[in-house]
Amino acid sequence: MHGVAALLCGMVFGVGLAVSGMTDTAKVLGFLDIFGTWVPDLAFVMGSAVCVTLVAFRFVLKRKQPLLSAGFVLSGKTALDGRLLSGAAIFGIGWGVYGYCPGPALSALVYLDSKTVIFVVAMLVGMALANRMGST
Amino acid sequence: MLYSYTTPLIGGLLIGLSSVALLFFLGRIAGISGIVWGAISAQPDNSWRWLFLVGLVVGPLLYHQLTATPYPTASPLEWWYALIGGLLVGFGVKLGSGCTSGHGVCGIGNLSPRSLVATITFMAAGITTVYVIRHLLEGL
Repeated sequence: MHGVAALLCGMVFGVGLAVSGMTDTAKVLGFLDIFGTWVPDLAFVMGSAVCVTLVAFRFVLKRKQPLLSAGFVLSGKTALDGRLLSGAAIFGIGWGVYGYCPGPALSALVYLDSKTVIFVVAMLVGMALANRMGST
Repeated sequence: MLYSYTTPLIGGLLIGLSSVALLFFLGRIAGISGIVWGAISAQPDNSWRWLFLVGLVVGPLLYHQLTATPYPTASPLEWWYALIGGLLVGFGVKLGSGCTSGHGVCGIGNLSPRSLVATITFMAAGITTVYVIRHLLEGL
């Protein structure tokens, strides 16, 4: 059941990305181009997703435990430090360069474009580099 | 005009629903960068991560096939944009502990000030980057 739930959640998430337009780099870059011919549509993606989580997370987290596992695993981090700010800034720059954040890049692999493969491999390398830096 | 807002709205609702379901069933945050890193760095109890990622790819495939929705047009940018963009995205999300989903959708949903600050920061950085590339460097 545990695995089935994870698979289904991933599928719904991926369908959401594809339906929303987040897997279309032209739309994403158009959304970020607020000083040019701004295409505001994608604001509705995070807008509606956050409306759902803001309300429903309250109810879910009031439960003693999740339905299929022992406990909730949440980030305990609270620090507004340099790692958070510089990491978010570097991520945002990369997002603006090509138009993919991690989820849409993975979902877009099914479109079989070689540049998406380059993006995903580079993303994994980038993660490994940051991890190595962080541990030394 | 209506059409251009409805699909982002429906897509966002599905993303929100998936995030709520993952928390409700498994007690996990649907942060894609965290799930990817956990999967490739061989964290314990890893099968749910790989299955989620399989779904993330299979879901869109089924959606496009079953609804006969054409794939988005491939990016016109050169391959090295993908290389540089991918490196920066991967490095940044690992350093900043999250991306659009983990900080933007789930973290803000969980009223985390840290996630709100991260989301404002990466949105501003993305907007600035597109401005620089499209409007300052254009024509150089």
